[in-house]
Amino acid sequence: MSKEHKNYLKKIKSEKIIIKIIQILIILIIIFIWQYAANKGLINTFVSSSPENILKTIIKLHKDGSLFHHIWITLYEVIVSFILGSTIGIVIAAILWRYNFIFKIIDPYLTVLNSMPKVSLGPIIIILAGASTKSIIIMALLISVIITIINMHQAFKETDKNKIRLLQSFNANKSQIFFKLILPSNFNNLINTFKVNIGLVFIGVIMGEFLVSKAGIGYLIMYGSQVFNLNLVMTGIIILAVMASVMHYIIIFIEKKLF
Amino acid sequence: MDILKIKNLRKTYHTKENEFLAVDNFSFNLKEGEFVAIVGPSGCGKSTILSILCGLDKPSSGDIKYNKTLNFGYMLQSDNLFEWLTVYDNCLLGLNIKKDLKNKNYVDKLLKTYGLWDFKDSYPSNLSGGMRQRASLIRTLAIKPDILLLDEPFSALDYQTRLAVSDDVYKIIKKEGKSAIMVTHDISEAISMSDRIIVLTDRPSTIKKIYTINLENKKTPIENRKDKKFAYYYDQIWKDIECHV
Repeated sequence: MSKEHKNYLKKIKSEKIIIKIIQILIILIIIFIWQYAANKGLINTFVSSSPENILKTIIKLHKDGSLFHHIWITLYEVIVSFILGSTIGIVIAAILWRYNFIFKIIDPYLTVLNSMPKVSLGPIIIILAGASTKSIIIMALLISVIITIINMHQAFKETDKNKIRLLQSFNANKSQIFFKLILPSNFNNLINTFKVNIGLVFIGVIMGEFLVSKAGIGYLIMYGSQVFNLNLVMTGIIILAVMASVMHYIIIFIEKKLF
Repeated sequence: MDILKIKNLRKTYHTKENEFLAVDNFSFNLKEGEFVAIVGPSGCGKSTILSILCGLDKPSSGDIKYNKTLNFGYMLQSDNLFEWLTVYDNCLLGLNIKKDLKNKNYVDKLLKTYGLWDFKDSYPSNLSGGMRQRASLIRTLAIKPDILLLDEPFSALDYQTRLAVSDDVYKIIKKEGKSAIMVTHDISEAISMSDRIIVLTDRPSTIKKIYTINLENKKTPIENRKDKKFAYYYDQIWKDIECHV
């Protein structure tokens, strides 16, 4: 390796480290200023909480054993909705790819369902499915399924026509074309859909928990705001941020593993 | 012996705006082991004929006769290798679809004969343009086609590679004893490779002329380009196509 190349690699590496340091510094500074302002009485901790109070709340929740209970409930709802939503969406997209006639018929309905705010269906869902976890999962499904169908169907349709012709020249049937070509060639789109879905499912689950729930992070936030315990609200938000980013990185990790 | 007889083939395409006649009154017979090229102005419906022959498109009218046990192998413009499959799995694609994996040995043999055996576990992105085209040909040959349909098989390659690959592919086709119909817009490629050339008119495509290529000393495509009569055929066909820019 030449000296020049070594320097080049060094430069890339040191830039990476500097970026990481700055990123960590930013969050530390925010926490520090927040805490400093709280200590000096510059901000009203009743409204804005403080890092110290948040930490105390987390410890308190952990001591009475409810912290992981709430996290687990939300996580469970997210995972179930994510798996169901992605699977149902992809299966329906595949059916619509296979039967273009059906797609043409339901296309306008899909468009309407997609642009409609699904939260507005909340009350109906609760009446139909009851005030239970079921309602929350249905809410999350509604939010993620429609967009999955639309995105994946679009991706399936845009698969290279020449490759389809090639398979047809081997007398491949539709299901062979789907499993040998359409699905594997859209692997990237699949991963991207998963990334979008994890975010959407989180929105759906938290919305659902706001409307009906006895436990979960959404419940924690809602309950906190009702009893004016802003420490609890802030704690919930921060736990959510951590959960969402962990989920996101898990998908990126899986993506890298598979390539 | 004629293995394929096409009579009065006609194909009309329909779009929302109008309908247009792509191919009309197209008749010719293909002999066993023969290499026939179809040339014509671009966009004249040459590819339509191949799509119809291999069953991807239906003719509007006309008669296509061949022994139903005959197999067609279709090779398209780009190699269409699947990037997520190894070279070996790409070559087995047709057999996989036909659920006919007892022909696997034949693929092994082809890969060994044509210099891709060492690359059978690599992915297409690691192959050169010429190797990709060879892999694509092996994929087509794997299903043991009796008639190869080549739809501008080299037009995605640069000039140098193109000459080398067409030489390569020609030798493989001859060695495996296949009949072939090749569509191309490259006149010299057609003369250098074929036994007969069908010149088409502009749309609707009808047969303008059929040339039997009698070079003084028929060898490989690259050698054929140096033949004394090469220029003669080139001139003739060039005039037939009447390129108006």
